[in-house]
Amino acid sequence: MTMTEPGSEARTVEIHFENVSKVFGRDEDGGGGFRAVDDLTLDIYAGEMVAILGKTGCGKSTMFNMIAGLQEPTTGRVEVKGRDPFSQFDWFRGQIAIVFQNDRLLPWRTAIENVELGLEMLDRPPAERREIAQRWLTKLGLAGHENDYPHALSGGMRQRVSIARAFATDASLLLCDEPFSALDEITANRLRDEFSALVRENGKTAVFITHSINEALQIGRRVVVLRRPARIALDERLPETLSRDEQDAMRARIQTILSE
Amino acid sequence: MASASTVATRISKRVAIAVAPFIVLALVWQIASFGLPRYLVPSLVDVFWRTTDILTDWTQFRSALATAGRIMAGMIGAFVIGVALAFVMERSRAADKFLGPTLNFFQGIPALSWVVFAIIWFKGVETRILFIMIITTLPAFTFQILGALRGMSKDLLEMTLSFRPSRWKMFKVMILPSILPDILTAWRVNLGNASRVVVVAELVGATGGVGYELLQQQQLFDMAGALAWTLQLVIFVLVTQKIISGIETWAFKYRAQSERAL
Ligand SMILES: Nc1ncnc2c1ncn2[C@@H]1O[C@H](COP(=O)(O)OP(=O)(O)O)[C@@H](O)[C@H]1O
Ligand SMILES: [Mg+2]
Repeated sequence: MTMTEPGSEARTVEIHFENVSKVFGRDEDGGGGFRAVDDLTLDIYAGEMVAILGKTGCGKSTMFNMIAGLQEPTTGRVEVKGRDPFSQFDWFRGQIAIVFQNDRLLPWRTAIENVELGLEMLDRPPAERREIAQRWLTKLGLAGHENDYPHALSGGMRQRVSIARAFATDASLLLCDEPFSALDEITANRLRDEFSALVRENGKTAVFITHSINEALQIGRRVVVLRRPARIALDERLPETLSRDEQDAMRARIQTILSE
Repeated sequence: MASASTVATRISKRVAIAVAPFIVLALVWQIASFGLPRYLVPSLVDVFWRTTDILTDWTQFRSALATAGRIMAGMIGAFVIGVALAFVMERSRAADKFLGPTLNFFQGIPALSWVVFAIIWFKGVETRILFIMIITTLPAFTFQILGALRGMSKDLLEMTLSFRPSRWKMFKVMILPSILPDILTAWRVNLGNASRVVVVAELVGATGGVGYELLQQQQLFDMAGALAWTLQLVIFVLVTQKIISGIETWAFKYRAQSERAL
């Protein structure tokens, strides 16, 4: 599917939300249930780096899980690469990589074995798996820790392993759900920079969910702000470089929306 | 740094603490045997010789092995069926609603009742014993494995799922390693139960096995023999437990060790 992004050249729509609502609870029609996502319409184009910003509990993870095919919308359509990620779950093998809020490493696997996980699902030969995993661990500064079990690594190192795990499958679509929110500010900052560079270097489409305005401005080339329940309050593309004043203005604007 | 000799002292201290209760027990028994009639409380020396007699005489040792084999056959059978039932119960509410209460009901039936049913329902001795062993171990296995499946981390499950694994890969990579600790614990617990049930099961007409031999000792009024045969079973359980512990140590070396005990 090809669509025209407002004001620029034709680009492929990678993620398509059309009047999507998600209601939790018994009454599926929204009568008695809890509405986490409300009539959300949004297109994300190939190669974009979108930060999705919203207060905790506004339905970001729910939206994320619908893109990942882990949850089904109650009403509306979600399409990823033109297909339904929930009903065509297996088709997306190797197409989507995810970095979760907590590292979610398998405790019984060493760092390198954790990085190999996705490649194993793709039936890559063991030697190739090892080599790719090793390359990503090294790139993320974890050379020498390949054979450590997760419990022996610090929080920052564990999250690096989980980033390596996501990049190792070379999926074109990268989904991140507040991946740095559990880390200290210095570690988070450094990882944010490394992460942005990796995404750009590898030409990925990235959806980055966060509740931090600074993080959204640091990472996103496009910032989408959500209200509670999730529906769009602001959708802005940022220029390559933002002057300090522009940044402050943007921050203030977002702050006002979030405090409404 | 601890020197080799202090390590040795520490290890021997541990061994001493581990065996101390058995030594005390044996001493009390031995002292009692001096004052009480031999046929009530036999000397441990007699028990020891009877035990070595069983271990070195093939026809007798085969009896002990037969019992061990029956325990293992029953446990393997119950385990395989238990795993299948647990997976079905985990997937289907209806199966859970039906099988849960049924297995609970089975759990309340005494082993001796199953012995009676087995004699009425089945002809072959080994079939009867296998049936009793399976049916008495099955509920516990099923509930333990079901608990393990339900207790799996939802976070890790979703993470693995997000890579779209095939069913087999999902099982190999995520499910099996998650439930393995509980499986091993279940084996440990059920082994103790099975070894107690097996002697009762062997009353269905077995012409060999620890249960049969115990019955012989009772008719001969031979306390030393009864103890020696009981010891065969206890030794089997202890050795198997030790093997399971070995597997646990090897399989869970990934776990963090706290320097302070609970
Ligand atoms: N499986 C669920 N069942 C019921 N309510 C849920 C479920 N998942 C999320 N919610 C609710 O939906 C709302 C949005 O949750 P979530 O998407 O996790 O928010 P966020 O990620 O933005 O913090 C929250 O109020 C949460 O309690
Ligand atoms: Mg969340």
